[in-house]
Amino acid sequence: MAGLAQVAVLLVLLAAAWRPLGDWMARVYTDESDWRVERVVYRLVRVDPRSEQRASTYAVAVLAFSFAGIVLLYLLQRLQTLLPWSFDRGAVESGVAFNTAISFVTNTNWQSYVPETTMGHTVQLVGLTVQNFVSAAVGLAVAVALTRGFVRSRTDRLGNAWVDIVRGCTRILLPIAAVAAVVLVATGVVMSLRAGVDVIGADGRSSTIALAPAASQESIKELGTNGGGILNANAAHPFENPNPVSNLLEIFLLLVIPVALTRTFGRMVGSVRQGVSLLAVMGGLWVAMLAVIWTAEARSASFAGANLEGKEVRFGIAGSALFANSTTGTSTGAVNSLHDSFSALGGGGAMLNMLFSEVTPGGVGTGLYSILVVAIVAVFLAGLMVGRTPEYLGKRLGRREVTCAVVVVLTMPALVLLGTGLAIALPSTADAMTNAGPHGLSEVLYAYASAANNNGSAFGGLTVTSGFFQTTLGIAMLLGRFLPIVAVLALAGLLARQPRVEPGPGTLSTGTPLFSVLVAGTIVLVAAITFLPALALSPLAEGLA
Amino acid sequence: MTAPTVSTSRPPAEAEQVHAARTGRAVGAGAFRPRQLLDALPTALRKLDPRHQVRNPVVFVVWVGSVVVTVAAILDPSVFAWSIAVWLWLTVLFANLAEAVAEGRGRAQADALRATRTDTVARREDGTEVPGTELRVGDRVVVEAGETIPGDGEIVEGIATVDESAITGESAQVVRESGGDLSSVTGGTTVLSDRVVVRITAEPGESFVDRMIALVEGAQRQKTPNEIALTILLAALTIVFLLAVVTLQPMAGYSGRQQSLVVLVALLVCLIPTTIGALLSAIGIAGMDRLVQRNVLATSGRAVEAAGDVSTLLLDKTGTITYGNRRATALHPLPGVDVTDLAGAARLASLADTTPEGRSIVELTAAEHGLPAEASTDEAAAEFVPFSATTRMSGVDLDDGDGREVRKGAVASVLAWLGDAVPDTDRAELERLAREVSERGGTPLACGLVSDPGAYSPEDRSRVLGVVELSDVVKPGIAERFGELRAMGIKTIMITGDNPVTARVIADASGVDDVLAEATPEDKLALIRREQAGGRMVAMTGDGTNDAPALAQADVGVAMSSGTTAAKEAGNMVDLDSDPTKLIGVVEVGKQMLVTRGALTTFSLANDLAKYFAILPAMFLALYPQLGALNVMQLATPESAILSAVIFNALVIVALIPLALRGVRFRPSSADRLLRRNLLVYGLGGVVVPFVGIFLIDLVVRLVPGIG
Repeated sequence: MAGLAQVAVLLVLLAAAWRPLGDWMARVYTDESDWRVERVVYRLVRVDPRSEQRASTYAVAVLAFSFAGIVLLYLLQRLQTLLPWSFDRGAVESGVAFNTAISFVTNTNWQSYVPETTMGHTVQLVGLTVQNFVSAAVGLAVAVALTRGFVRSRTDRLGNAWVDIVRGCTRILLPIAAVAAVVLVATGVVMSLRAGVDVIGADGRSSTIALAPAASQESIKELGTNGGGILNANAAHPFENPNPVSNLLEIFLLLVIPVALTRTFGRMVGSVRQGVSLLAVMGGLWVAMLAVIWTAEARSASFAGANLEGKEVRFGIAGSALFANSTTGTSTGAVNSLHDSFSALGGGGAMLNMLFSEVTPGGVGTGLYSILVVAIVAVFLAGLMVGRTPEYLGKRLGRREVTCAVVVVLTMPALVLLGTGLAIALPSTADAMTNAGPHGLSEVLYAYASAANNNGSAFGGLTVTSGFFQTTLGIAMLLGRFLPIVAVLALAGLLARQPRVEPGPGTLSTGTPLFSVLVAGTIVLVAAITFLPALALSPLAEGLA
Repeated sequence: MTAPTVSTSRPPAEAEQVHAARTGRAVGAGAFRPRQLLDALPTALRKLDPRHQVRNPVVFVVWVGSVVVTVAAILDPSVFAWSIAVWLWLTVLFANLAEAVAEGRGRAQADALRATRTDTVARREDGTEVPGTELRVGDRVVVEAGETIPGDGEIVEGIATVDESAITGESAQVVRESGGDLSSVTGGTTVLSDRVVVRITAEPGESFVDRMIALVEGAQRQKTPNEIALTILLAALTIVFLLAVVTLQPMAGYSGRQQSLVVLVALLVCLIPTTIGALLSAIGIAGMDRLVQRNVLATSGRAVEAAGDVSTLLLDKTGTITYGNRRATALHPLPGVDVTDLAGAARLASLADTTPEGRSIVELTAAEHGLPAEASTDEAAAEFVPFSATTRMSGVDLDDGDGREVRKGAVASVLAWLGDAVPDTDRAELERLAREVSERGGTPLACGLVSDPGAYSPEDRSRVLGVVELSDVVKPGIAERFGELRAMGIKTIMITGDNPVTARVIADASGVDDVLAEATPEDKLALIRREQAGGRMVAMTGDGTNDAPALAQADVGVAMSSGTTAAKEAGNMVDLDSDPTKLIGVVEVGKQMLVTRGALTTFSLANDLAKYFAILPAMFLALYPQLGALNVMQLATPESAILSAVIFNALVIVALIPLALRGVRFRPSSADRLLRRNLLVYGLGGVVVPFVGIFLIDLVVRLVPGIG
């Protein structure tokens, strides 16, 4: 009952935020004027905020900005000894620094290190937290550029990437994160610049409990669907997530932007219904997967009538299942429980959320553009079935549009399958696993699903510090992020160039329940036919035993 | 305007009805006979050449898989390996068969066309004779009655009736004359009367018929835009399935049991969209073929596909929306005149009149006033006074003692003929009636008679009886047709040279969405550009040289075969029957082609689910006995399960060939209803059918020693 109440409160909060936040974001990206602080930034980086870019220029801007971020973040870690508040934590080892730089810039926040003994506060605040903001802003910018592709006609301009990134930070992420951080502090989340406190335990031994500027990190880590913990235990740590209230608030934060973006999309294309139908797909799958994970955890009794291994008792089954479902359904990857300890089907459910290519409701920006691309594939097939060249929102889906969509849809499965296949073929991988058999395969499959989807959550159990894992997971994160972004921007450019055809009774109507079913069906079918063999050997084999 | 047909050509409406009766209103095509499969076998075998296979990525993967499994079967023979090898080769063969059958049907059409291209001897103006194949553009040849026209050209001198049945298949005789829109002739047709001089307009081998033969045979078949987009999607899916299968091997190895090459290839072939991959080109060829069966030749598959996308139809009023001629629809007697008197006089004046207007008057009086439709002996003996441009009247002079003379014609002419005997009140009343008819968009015909000059007073001798109203009659069923088109999201625009008032009347009666009245060729062109600017695709028909720019601008331009060379060059389809009503059918064929592609793709992908349930437990049962729970079809052994899936995968191609050729049933309705229906039939059906099919095949396969 308490569990259902949590879900109810969460849904009410999201419903309340959907409209104002969605409308606000639509205004942010259509506003003609700049804030003063933004003008300062534009002057500093010498950008004319009124000039608009072609798809190619937009893509170059996004890529250049991100790669500069990777280099900067890598250097910060490697030069940590020179930085203040480093607490003698030393330079970060090159493999870890490489992997972490990619991980945070790609909005993945996969962590192959222990934060409280590896990263000082300066790297955390100047490096990682900054990327938490800007990587989310990049996702928003790409989603908005694709939306403009649908809205505009007969133009090759998609907007200005710099303006979109800056506004995402100044007008959306920073204000909400600031308020959320204060609220989190009120719920008991730690905010401290000290290295830690020395305590003497009940056994009489003294130890140091690490402290960190957690609240500020925590709010943007959830809001930007980043997920990288400032403490190793992530949101299971009482300093990051002390109680059910903070837990619910964090779940709300990681869902709110992807959910509200459907409204933004609807507003920008001039039909809120179009956004609602996408939200229905996201919400329907989210609820279904929550039911799977929750039931699986509640039924597989290892302790006290439910599977509480690896879960915090203060969150219980409901709080853990809700968090796990939301963190894998968005590309957040923060965890408040150990997914490795979930039952086979519960853990498999979390994995499936990612294998749906993160659209339930997906990451900040990435969720919207991913589901739009799936919708394009669905409309292409269904559109043929009504006897016309398929159109979505008045744009024809021809050879080039389908090619772009296919690149986006197939990048992730290719990366996950290749990565897992390669890793599992190596004899050394068996040594990196905690478990043998199907569960071991789940650990590897989960790792590549997490990296290629820029989720960042770890199943756990797999030691990923070897050069092989650092490199291949790094590549999976890089390609999983930027191949789709380039294809999406190319798609946006193609769409913007087209005239907009007014939809009529002969065109497939989108924004209807039938359309939602179609898109949801496509998501499930694509995931099923691509991953069934792999899943049969991992969670299915384990769960059916 | 269609050409005036001299004899037995089917009127457009009738042709449409015949077509409708044959097909039950749904778009359809000739029956598929199993015999065609056998006939196509040699071609299908020839297509096993890898250079041909590589053009179709999905089938090529199956081809490579077949080679791999065959080699594996030779190295390590077993009943299972050889069975899989054989069925994989059959899968490739069936795919080739689908294409070969479709091409074979096209070839039959081409042969029929080719028969028209007999070797003819052409006679130049100076009397020298040359073989028809040596004529060049600009040559002038003389053709007389009974001779075959040696090549495509334009009549520069003379007038003739021409039998075009060699091209159209209908025994249509049409008038062709120099100058104007009726000057074009096609090589292979026969001059029936008179003598004409023809200027040749096509090089040998490039004539209209030559091009049509090449197109119908599929020799120049280019993939259409949608087909390319679909091929990309299918190729990408194939790559992903390839990855899924290749990476499955290390996962299987990790789990404790590597899979044999034969099993992996079988899995791959079952997963990749072989069904649609095999049928895709057949669907395209069959779409062209279906048009040909309606006597419409498209110059490219792209045009057929564009027809499905059309959202605006420009329809000529005459011949498409209304019958070509005006028909009598009402009688308006003057005050004091009995309507039966008017009917009787009008009938008498029209009995010997063979024009459609005249016949329609007799039909009207027969239908509404019970007068005999046939002339009695006396009446037949009467002297017919034909219509002439000077009198603007027609009628009869009766030889029955009274010496009665009856006339019908233009109001002013009839009044002038009757002279001063008509009182001013009648005169005014007649003019009022005539004006009312005109305002309704009709044509008034006055009807009057003169009796025996000696018998009566002048007032009785010459009487004006009233007005016969002639009007355009909208073809029955056309309003429903437009309703269907509207449901499909297609806007209809009527094109007419009539004034806006008249045009509006017909538009309201026929339910057309919009009207372009007093249309000039420039107006048409402007209208098409305007529609296209709004993102809509436009289809139209035309036959005149001045239609050519509009035909070229339209996305689908159907030129009438009777039209000028310029019109035929400009359009991207030619209707051999010169029946403008067919435009609607052309749109349906285009839509049906797209629907068939989409439906079979959906079916193909949905099939994968059942195949997984067959193959995955079979592969891993030894490793994880619990995966037996996935064997919902209770297939006998792992070998029988895998083989059954492969066999189903091959047989479903053959089973769907007729559907691919005939096209998915298409009834005009809104997109949402179509989608719901097709999703249910081909989506849900695609999930369910293979479960049943594989189960049934397994019942047989399990009996094979070494498998079951």
